[in-house]
Amino acid sequence: MDNFIAARSQMALSLGFHIIFSCIGMVMPFFMAVAHFLYLRTGSINYRNVTRAWSKGVAIFFATGAVSGTVLSFELGLLWPEFMKHAGPIFGMPFSLEGTAFFIEAIAMGFYLYGWDKFNPWFHWFTGVMVGITGVVSGILVVAANSWMNCPAGFQYVNGQFIHIDPVKAMFNRAWFSQSLHMTLAAFTATGFAVAGIHAWLLYRKKNVLFHRTAFKIAALFGVIASILQPVSGDISAKFVAKTQPAKLAAMEAHFKTCAYSPLLIGGIPDVKHQKVNYGIEIPGMLSWLVSGKFDTKVTGLDQIPKDQQPPVAITHYSFQIMVAAAGLLGTIGLIYLIALTVKRKWLKRSWLLLLFAAATPIGFLAVEAGWTVTEVGRQPWIIHGVMRTADAVTPMPGIQYSFYLFTMVYVSLAITVIFLLKRQINMVGLVYDVNNKNGDL
Amino acid sequence: MLYIVIAFLWLAILFYLVLGGADFGAGILEIFTPATNKEDLRRTAYIAIGPIWEANHMWIIIAVVIVFVGFPEIYSMISISLHIPVLIMLLGIIARGTAFTFRNYDAINDKMQAVYTRIYIYSSFITPFFIGIIAATAVSGRIDPKAQGFLQAYIFDWLDWYPVSVGLFTVFLCAFLAAIFLIGEVSHKPSRQAYVQKARLMNLGLIIFMLLSFRAARADNIPMFKWVFGSTLSIVAVVISFVAWIFTWYQIANNNVRLTRLWAGIMILTLLIAITYGHFPDVVLLKGGMSLSLLSGQAPEATINALGSALLTGGLFIIPSLFYLIYSFGQKNKSISVHKS
Repeated sequence: MDNFIAARSQMALSLGFHIIFSCIGMVMPFFMAVAHFLYLRTGSINYRNVTRAWSKGVAIFFATGAVSGTVLSFELGLLWPEFMKHAGPIFGMPFSLEGTAFFIEAIAMGFYLYGWDKFNPWFHWFTGVMVGITGVVSGILVVAANSWMNCPAGFQYVNGQFIHIDPVKAMFNRAWFSQSLHMTLAAFTATGFAVAGIHAWLLYRKKNVLFHRTAFKIAALFGVIASILQPVSGDISAKFVAKTQPAKLAAMEAHFKTCAYSPLLIGGIPDVKHQKVNYGIEIPGMLSWLVSGKFDTKVTGLDQIPKDQQPPVAITHYSFQIMVAAAGLLGTIGLIYLIALTVKRKWLKRSWLLLLFAAATPIGFLAVEAGWTVTEVGRQPWIIHGVMRTADAVTPMPGIQYSFYLFTMVYVSLAITVIFLLKRQINMVGLVYDVNNKNGDL
Repeated sequence: MLYIVIAFLWLAILFYLVLGGADFGAGILEIFTPATNKEDLRRTAYIAIGPIWEANHMWIIIAVVIVFVGFPEIYSMISISLHIPVLIMLLGIIARGTAFTFRNYDAINDKMQAVYTRIYIYSSFITPFFIGIIAATAVSGRIDPKAQGFLQAYIFDWLDWYPVSVGLFTVFLCAFLAAIFLIGEVSHKPSRQAYVQKARLMNLGLIIFMLLSFRAARADNIPMFKWVFGSTLSIVAVVISFVAWIFTWYQIANNNVRLTRLWAGIMILTLLIAITYGHFPDVVLLKGGMSLSLLSGQAPEATINALGSALLTGGLFIIPSLFYLIYSFGQKNKSISVHKS
């Protein structure tokens, strides 16, 4: 394996792993806080049980997310030292703030996990809410750093030198808002559906019905609301990408030829060699309309991007298709659930609704991974868009493939262990948390 | 503002070494604990460390962010030349952080516990060992950016007696801190005695590897002796550290928890001043006399100012809440042990 490819693979693996844990780590505390709030208001032991069960999941995911995040802060240098040498001082501002947010999160986590029955109940609840808030703030800050790579700002690049550095401007680069909004909603959607899906499956199997019904309702509501808002944020993002990174948009859409009335492509297999797409469905004029609101807008195609500045088209296109399809599916399930909640209450009792949610368990995270691939692969060959190439940033140390294999082994075994642990947590629900069980809470 | 940033960097490393170190130490101590007492050690450590352990490990994130934002050349130099030890340290951090949590949160208590525990123990040893190696190599003057050949460029600069002795010194430092800390966490007399015994053993290891580090430094022409005894300030630090060390043991004999910890803290603090002050502001010394300094290779002023303000603001939030966390759980745990006795 080529050193450069190995470095990119290791980075992709590390981020792809971390993103799941950080999403869950930042969103699940909110579910937990809602259940906890309901417990404090109603005194129902069932809410308390859901809260406690979730808090253990949060602890496991937070710990794994914290270490994989620590690893990333070093990996940026281990794999891309040339990039960090120049970019560190420019885009480091959100990282230094994130350090604080993350620290507060860890402190709040300590209070929350170990503070049961030791503090004023509302103070204890508040620390749980803080875990969620600081988690989301951390997420937004990290995405702001990433958006700088897509939309560099806060410096001038003159003769290979980075001068007039303004870290605050770099943090509030033009992409930070659209990207952070999109990622935050994605995290809520993915985690909401994943958690709701697991509880839906157990409900369908009629296990500890009271417990799982409560848990399902809370998680589903979060996921559903986020999934319905997500298309709006997707639209903002697409319009923005069209303006600032035409090459990425062209690759997402496998849009080879610049033209007015550009069609929106659904599916299809891009054939880069012959500059065309096979087996795709085209909706005429739709792409132009989506990026600008007008059908006759010219949308830049790959033909206007120099060959050595084009991202890999196939991966970007497929990932984008997967993301949109997955998000569309979740949005639809979300709408169905909303209809069930408001108009067709009898649907709520139907097992197909539960099965639908159960089947959707991994789909949100599929969308998250695909979306992340779109933004990262779609930026290639640049590590700092238009300024520094990824290939020029890579470490001179040879043999990165071995470190990539090692990390693959570590992350695969960690993933297996976490799944194993979750399964055991779930198996214990009947014993520990079912209110019908006389043993009650541990 | 630059000095504020440097102060935060130094404090973050210090806190990581003391708080995170005590945390690693609890794992290391398990190596030296007979199987029959392991459960007791585990429970004590869990109650004492549990609430703050995640926070303890945040200091390294603060430190690394300060380095890559404020001192990018140092960050990229260490990332390249010390890639392998940093990588091993990271594997240690991953293994330890997850094993500690898995062990405490696994819903079923079965033979998987032994697996988590083994990983936890080994990684508690490996992580500080490699932190010591990285720190020692950085100042050893053996890093050669122009080195040819894989072994010369990426292995031999750190795989040597001096870094290894400092690595082991760091391991015993962590274990010593943990033992001192845990003495105060038990009220039961025989188990208290067992921790005192462990602290003695770890203290012995600490002295042995400190002497070995000096010996190895001399063999490699590293002016460690001059750094530690070369200026008035560092000599004063050494003397205070020595006095604090004696008082630590005096207070252990006296059974005074608070003063034991205070003196041990002062001892480590001044020891670290003595070790780092001598070569300040140079933190990476390269082959051929070149060096990377905190005072000349830093990021542009705008970045340092922004970083400094971010750290000051962050500190306003972090320090009080961290203090309250440690304080309140200290109180609660005390009341629990009073209840039990």
